[in-house]
Amino acid sequence: MIEISGSFWIVLTGVLATASCGLLGTFLVLRKMSLLGDALSHAVLPGIAIAFLLSGSRAIVPMFLGATLFGLVTTLLVEAFHKKWQVQEDASIGVVFTALFALGVVLITAFAGQVDLDQECVLYGEIAYTPWDLLLWGEYSLGPRPVWILGGVLAVNLLLVTLFYKELKIASFDPAMAVSVGINATLIHYLLMAMVSLTTVASFESVGAILVVAMLIVPGATAYLWSDRLEVVIGLAMFFGMSSAVVGYYLASYWDSSIAGAMVVVVGGIFIFSLLFSPNQGVLSRLWQRLQLSLQVAQDHMLLALVRRDEEVEERARLRPDELVGSAAVLGILAQMAFRRLRWRRLLQQVDGMVELSAAGEQVALGLLRKHRLWETYMNRLGLPEDHVHAPADVIEHFISAELEAELGAEVGDERDPQGKQIPPSG
Amino acid sequence: MSQNTHPIQIHDMTIAYHKKPVLWDVDLDVPEGQLVGIIGPNGAGKSTMIKAIMDLVPKASGWVKIYGKDYGEMRKIIGYVPQRESVDWDFPISALDVVLMGRYGHIGWMRRPGKEDRCIARESLDKVGMGDFAERQISQLSGGQQQRVFLARALAQDARIYMMDEPFAGVDAATERAIIDILVTLREQGKTILVVHHDLQTVTEYFNWVIMLNMRVVASGLTREVFTDENLQKTYGGRLTVLSQAAQAMAEQRRGDR
Amino acid sequence: MLENALRFMTLADANVRFVLLGSLLIGATGGLLGSFAVLRRRSLVGDALAHAALPGVALAYLWTGSKALPVLLAGATVSGVLGVLLMQFIINFTRIKADAAIGIVLSVFFGIGIVLLTHIQRTGSGNQSGLDKFLFGQAASLVEDDLKVMSVLAGLIILVLVLFFKEFKALIFDPSFLQSLGYSTRWIDVLLMGLIALTVMVGLQAVGVVLIAAMLITPAVAARFWTEQLNKMVLLAAAFGGASGIVGTFVSSLAPRIPTGPVMVLVATFFFVVSALLAPKRGVLARGLRRQHNARREAQQHFLRACIELQEKLAQQRAWAMEELAIEMGHSPDKVKRIGRQLEKTGLVLRQDGRFSLTEAGLEEGLFVVKSHRLWEHYLYYRTILDADHVDRPADEVEHLLTPEIIVRLEEILARERGIDTEQIINLHGTGSQYRRGGRE
Repeated sequence: MIEISGSFWIVLTGVLATASCGLLGTFLVLRKMSLLGDALSHAVLPGIAIAFLLSGSRAIVPMFLGATLFGLVTTLLVEAFHKKWQVQEDASIGVVFTALFALGVVLITAFAGQVDLDQECVLYGEIAYTPWDLLLWGEYSLGPRPVWILGGVLAVNLLLVTLFYKELKIASFDPAMAVSVGINATLIHYLLMAMVSLTTVASFESVGAILVVAMLIVPGATAYLWSDRLEVVIGLAMFFGMSSAVVGYYLASYWDSSIAGAMVVVVGGIFIFSLLFSPNQGVLSRLWQRLQLSLQVAQDHMLLALVRRDEEVEERARLRPDELVGSAAVLGILAQMAFRRLRWRRLLQQVDGMVELSAAGEQVALGLLRKHRLWETYMNRLGLPEDHVHAPADVIEHFISAELEAELGAEVGDERDPQGKQIPPSG
Repeated sequence: MSQNTHPIQIHDMTIAYHKKPVLWDVDLDVPEGQLVGIIGPNGAGKSTMIKAIMDLVPKASGWVKIYGKDYGEMRKIIGYVPQRESVDWDFPISALDVVLMGRYGHIGWMRRPGKEDRCIARESLDKVGMGDFAERQISQLSGGQQQRVFLARALAQDARIYMMDEPFAGVDAATERAIIDILVTLREQGKTILVVHHDLQTVTEYFNWVIMLNMRVVASGLTREVFTDENLQKTYGGRLTVLSQAAQAMAEQRRGDR
Repeated sequence: MLENALRFMTLADANVRFVLLGSLLIGATGGLLGSFAVLRRRSLVGDALAHAALPGVALAYLWTGSKALPVLLAGATVSGVLGVLLMQFIINFTRIKADAAIGIVLSVFFGIGIVLLTHIQRTGSGNQSGLDKFLFGQAASLVEDDLKVMSVLAGLIILVLVLFFKEFKALIFDPSFLQSLGYSTRWIDVLLMGLIALTVMVGLQAVGVVLIAAMLITPAVAARFWTEQLNKMVLLAAAFGGASGIVGTFVSSLAPRIPTGPVMVLVATFFFVVSALLAPKRGVLARGLRRQHNARREAQQHFLRACIELQEKLAQQRAWAMEELAIEMGHSPDKVKRIGRQLEKTGLVLRQDGRFSLTEAGLEEGLFVVKSHRLWEHYLYYRTILDADHVDRPADEVEHLLTPEIIVRLEEILARERGIDTEQIINLHGTGSQYRRGGRE
């Protein structure tokens, strides 16, 4: 048999655990149940500890039974406190999971002799020992036990999500609709909770409570920043989780630190990166969009200033560049950029150090003026006094689409605006 | 007369939230092929009534029959349009996905929507004038467009009875017109439609049958007969202080607050 | 173990006194601020803040090489506040909802903290064990200097709380009203958040980042069961918290291996469970008893009404067999017998030869019930709230809860609008009441 290195098994364990968590976590995030996932992954500890004490081994079946029992107890208690005892929902989550986690820690430390788990391991697991925790078949080693368990859990999760995909989707999006077409949303809720419990237990001893919480919530939320399609969000979440497992392992050996912790750091890094750079939701793209809009507004203002001037002097007016930049009524640097962009678009032309509208520029400017005055006239007709219509029109003019312009034109007709100025004809 | 011609029969139904009665002893018999408006002031129990018909809230007493049978047996023939705010419009799915959900009741557990379902979903989107937006993510739609998507989903359910919870709330005039046109078409096809409605001005124009609610059924019948000043006064005017006091007292005692 | 306990009880050891005083401070400030956190629906924000404090502790140590509490707490505060700011940013600027934002901050900051801690441990220079206590807490490690820091913080927290009590109160119950008075709710909110952060810092060393949130949430939720008034709730929560702190520290001193934090949390949870069960008004037990009492009273009044209605039908008869009553009430004879026995004990009913009759007092109460029932039927019917065949069942339920004031109002309404003489509403002469509507006949 080919010797497989220890690192391979460790990374594989991490990948399997994070894949399951990413898959289920996406649904938790979308259903706004992240904190229940958090609570669940803490609250299963006493179940695991008790199973340990009773069975005296790490056998998966008693641990799973114990943990699922406590997972269920958590869900039920949170609901009961909230609905029957009128405790706020987040407070009841807080009370339940801290109490159960505290119980688990006390059990583990009080029976430290019998329970082969310690406080630190509870928090960040012992994934580093994976290669030595072997599953034996007679005398043959079948590879590390956690890999088999987590692989099995991933298979079960994938199977269930595939089978009940449509039900999970509708119960997450619109539970009332789900119930009205005969899909039992409560059943789906408990199915998901059971899967989360199973995954938590299986991951617990290798990766610890914190990695489970992080891997349930962070990859799903990150993927949600990148895509609008549920299938893609799920796939991305699993991908982000798995890649942070791989990268985290090497980072941990480089820094000489907890492997599970390093995996969380990596997934946190991916989240921050997405928060900044995601194309739709990212901070930078939002800032970029806002900048573009301000530039557009500044350009529009300059064009309008020139065309109004043309109208006043009844010939092609010329302005000094600094006068024009001042008329944009935005931050100086933005106005400069807008000015440069206008020249680059050849809407302005420079004559003897002065600027005037080019032919193309006049077209655009008249179009803007038309929108502005159409809106003023329209608002004036609705009964707003003259002196109240200019400022709103100043804002609205940048956002009036071609269709809206046509509609306004039909409504207002070929009139003069409230100040008696001619509305330019449509271009 | 055969029971089967009554799409919805409600007998002696009382609904309580946290043991506080919000609808008292409703008796109703909605005839087939009507476009029915449910009107009444805030807190009168309008949404509660359609939710109770669809078994979404438990009944304290009484029963509902759909064409003489229990809701569970008849859910396939009922289409539902919930209030627009009841769902998270940031959910990562497309308009077509939402409409496809209308087919889920017909598909059954563990099976996927097929080609035919997709066809029906697309047709439904076309009918509400949203065919071009099928692949659009739902948060990128305007309020009116979101409401149309919900309507398309109900159409995809291919139902005989439709329940709509304030479909005209917060939509533009064009959408309101489009929705009412579709509702009228549905009625002409012999379907029965119950609409929770807020705008009293349009009641006579839109609905040929009304149910006037205020914690109990004040009146129900053909619009031209029951939509009278006197009934409006009873629905919106008279404050039922003693009734709500009693309801509150009942809730407190049953919960053990008192 | 005994020795330990003794040492503890006598307070002989100065160190024991520090530890106890420290636990008291932690519990009390936790309860004080927790009340506001819970009512403002910020329970789990405290949890996120505590977890986010861990990397700050580790970085402060790495940077200064000092393990003095003020240094570590300064680091903790900075990273905790950064965590909360990031959380707020995520909520405001993306479509990620609050619950996921809390989870992200909590787990990622904690993960960073763990990486740093394990890094310090493994590469550590000699004395590296000190930072672990910030995970689950070690009250026994509190020394005089620590206590000074904690007292200053606690004093500051209490001072600000007293000064701004009225503003915080308004913030919780009616923020828009507060705003209309010209206060900036935003800054009051920030101040409250700052106090919550300081409270977390007070308890960080003794309770640990993992469970400190419980010292905010659990005592406050427990106190909520006992009172409806904010100032009482705050004091009670502080008392629960302080008691949890002291008892928790004491219990964990018996078994030094067990960290303090979890024990304190379990003691606080014990107070919570006791409160939830036993609190006089909102407690589960009291509610259950009241519910049972109400149900029993309803059944008894129903029995009395049945006697009177039988009397109306058959004027010459004054005592009825169980079976007759069972048919009139629609219950099984066994149940009727049981209710009859209860009424016999309270002196409202007499039983002779297996037949029940009303006593003087029973007749009076029965007449009152019947009157309530009929007045309500009339009200429902005449106000056209319900049809005649529907009024009986609601009246069945409501008859037990009409207060004398409501009855007087109903009499007025009916007399004024319908000209009904409510004296005539019951007729015991065997002809039946002319005003009786609907009913089971």
